[in-house]
Amino acid sequence: MNGYRPKIGVYVCHCGINIGSVVNVPEVIEHVSKLPGVAVAREYTYMCSDPGQNLVKEDIANENLNRVIVASCSPRMHEPTFRKTLKEAGLNPYYLEMANIREQCSWVHEDKEEATEKAKKLVEAAVAKALLLEALEEKEVDVIPACLVIGAGIAGIQASLDIADAGFKVYLVEKSPSVGGHMSQLDKTFPTLDCSACILTPKMVDVANHPNIELMTYSQVVGIEGYVGNFKAKIRKKARFVDVDKCTGCGVCAENCRLAGRIPSEFDEAVGNRGAIYLPFPQAVPAKYTIDPERCLQLSKGKCGKEGPACAAACTAGAVNFEQEDEIVDVEIGTVIVATGFDVFDAARKPEYGYLDCESVITGLEFERLVSSSGPTGGKPIIGRDKKGEGGYLPSKVAFIHCVGSRDESVGNEYCSRVCCMYLAKQAHLIRDKLPEADITVYYMDMRAFGKGFEEFYDRVRREGVRYIRGNPSEIFRKSADEPTVIVKVEDTLTGTALEAEHDLVVLGVGLEPRKDIREIIDLFKLSQSTDGFFLEAHPKLRPVDTASDGVFLAGCCQGPKDIPDTVAQAKGAASSALILMAYGKVKVEAQVSVVTADQCRGCGFCVEVCPFGAIELVEENRMGNIVQVALVNEALCKGCGSCAAACLSGAIQPKSFKDEQILPQIAVLGVK
Amino acid sequence: MSEEFEPNIVAFLCNWCSYAGADLAGTSRTHYLPNVKIIRVMCSGRVNPLFLVNALQQGADGVLISGCHPGDCHYLEGNYYARRRFMLMHKLLEHVGVDPGRVNMSWVSASEGAKFADVVQESVDKAKAAGPMDQFRRRQINW
Repeated sequence: MNGYRPKIGVYVCHCGINIGSVVNVPEVIEHVSKLPGVAVAREYTYMCSDPGQNLVKEDIANENLNRVIVASCSPRMHEPTFRKTLKEAGLNPYYLEMANIREQCSWVHEDKEEATEKAKKLVEAAVAKALLLEALEEKEVDVIPACLVIGAGIAGIQASLDIADAGFKVYLVEKSPSVGGHMSQLDKTFPTLDCSACILTPKMVDVANHPNIELMTYSQVVGIEGYVGNFKAKIRKKARFVDVDKCTGCGVCAENCRLAGRIPSEFDEAVGNRGAIYLPFPQAVPAKYTIDPERCLQLSKGKCGKEGPACAAACTAGAVNFEQEDEIVDVEIGTVIVATGFDVFDAARKPEYGYLDCESVITGLEFERLVSSSGPTGGKPIIGRDKKGEGGYLPSKVAFIHCVGSRDESVGNEYCSRVCCMYLAKQAHLIRDKLPEADITVYYMDMRAFGKGFEEFYDRVRREGVRYIRGNPSEIFRKSADEPTVIVKVEDTLTGTALEAEHDLVVLGVGLEPRKDIREIIDLFKLSQSTDGFFLEAHPKLRPVDTASDGVFLAGCCQGPKDIPDTVAQAKGAASSALILMAYGKVKVEAQVSVVTADQCRGCGFCVEVCPFGAIELVEENRMGNIVQVALVNEALCKGCGSCAAACLSGAIQPKSFKDEQILPQIAVLGVK
Repeated sequence: MSEEFEPNIVAFLCNWCSYAGADLAGTSRTHYLPNVKIIRVMCSGRVNPLFLVNALQQGADGVLISGCHPGDCHYLEGNYYARRRFMLMHKLLEHVGVDPGRVNMSWVSASEGAKFADVVQESVDKAKAAGPMDQFRRRQINW
């Protein structure tokens, strides 16, 4: 074993030229080598490389080092790497301390002299702390072999199927009455023109029938507690007012509903209508009807016609049940995948585009329902139908507008939604397909055809006679009050000419936005948002499906806009990350937990009060015949935040690796100029 | 003092939001002043008020505490504790005659690299205005 006297090895990384070009590394080495306890001080180009790590290992073996300091990038980046190095060399991994001289020094300072001085201080502070580091024991706990997947769009469906196929239990929770998500609303998918329903429906049926998947539609997660490997979730199954065991999905109830065809359908983006009892769409899974409690006359007004609810009377299976109540289900899971998707941008927030005033101005998602063969118009792009779904016309001059609600700081969305360029190209193709005589113009800012087969598809659409004009319309307005034709005012930025074009259908390429109720999931799982409002991944490059909360993973558009192939790929990534934990079956729990020095504890219980996880309790201790109360930490529940230590009046409770005695020396170094 | 006074500031950043935000400032190469030196803690709730006083005693001209935005704490409520303790400490320090501009608190999330740079600038400006901190320093007494 290494002796008690600290023998510290300091390794300063050049990180290529990332650190070395700003910080004078040899000067730092010279400075730290004189510090008490430092036995070895070396520099290397890339400490994280194999030769870099071997340098540490060899010194541990030959020089009997018992503390290691790596001055390089952020500990959030490579602390696990170097902990492993120490472990492999037979040293306790918690004898490592890192000095962040890249992200918090060389990358943010220009003046070489100042940066070098700061780097010296940062490494010196690390040495001061390292002298007092302690060996910690890493414990493992079992992982419950079950995963909670939130959201049953294509991301949630794919992740669930992968996990279930690997032999693990999945609880798939979906807020709406059917699985499928936004993908089920689409007609064709770019650039291959696969029928969206044809490729999605089999997967929807699979998640409903898979023996390892427990599907909970019309349900929401309302509570979560525990930690990675051992979560407990509360799920509210909302009342459908239809007994799903009895409902055969025949649809007689919906035909008889007094409000049949009078309520705008969410699934059809209000292009079509439904009743108060409804199936969102014909291929819905499960094929069980649901009563909308806000619209149903019986549920909202307590009275439905003179004879009572017609749906209940018509249902031969006796499935309608107005007395049904919400049900709370508790499940235990080891991992969580969040796949809550996106909302489309509300076109009314761009009033200059006349979305609310002109029936001939529609959104891209409404267009999908219009051209879908299972949609309310049977796939004919009929515009301007009345409330009963009659009348209307087939457009002859169609416009598509790019970047509505994307790349637009005026609505607070600086990002590109990544799918609009291509879905508008696909929709232009569909119009060409259905209305060969139509005149089609696409108004675009930039064309981004970056994916596999995208550029080829874009070329094909242009060859089909679709005109692309570079310019973002400034205004869209009615030509006159009594006709649907609108005028699009735009500047062609390639020729510099101002245009006013007439169109009888304008499709707005609305972008993707974070879910409006994203806050609920954030509060449940303590996730962070990036500046665009979507969920923040643990690392933008290397941990794109992980979150800062261990055991919680992201899939699909809840993390940022993406197309279907990217969503499926990410879902498979999230599934594999969850499977790693479940297949191994064990997970390391936080070693940096709080510890109580019982002799110093006065039993006041302040720590018990502030602990957010209920990890501390007061227990009785016999001190030479006197029964006193002292705090005791439950290490499985403690997450090592250290709130208890700041509340403790006597300094008796301390989080390991962040004890007062370890932080104060850092202050002593950094406080002095 | 012939040269312009450059304050020395000790910052306590929580691991999950503000430390990550400071890292992001680095990744995005957002330049800021080198006066602030960072100590990483797991949660802003870990920051014992004693640390503030200790830093000022050691000769720091300012102290900065930064954590997750209210409601975003990785440990549910640590930043609320930090805020209450900070408010009390702030008042106490003011009471004993320390310029309140020396001790600052801010919320910086993991995606707010640019905001962190602004916070640094603001803390430095305030500490500069307050001048060198020597009120807590032990003085040598000549009998």
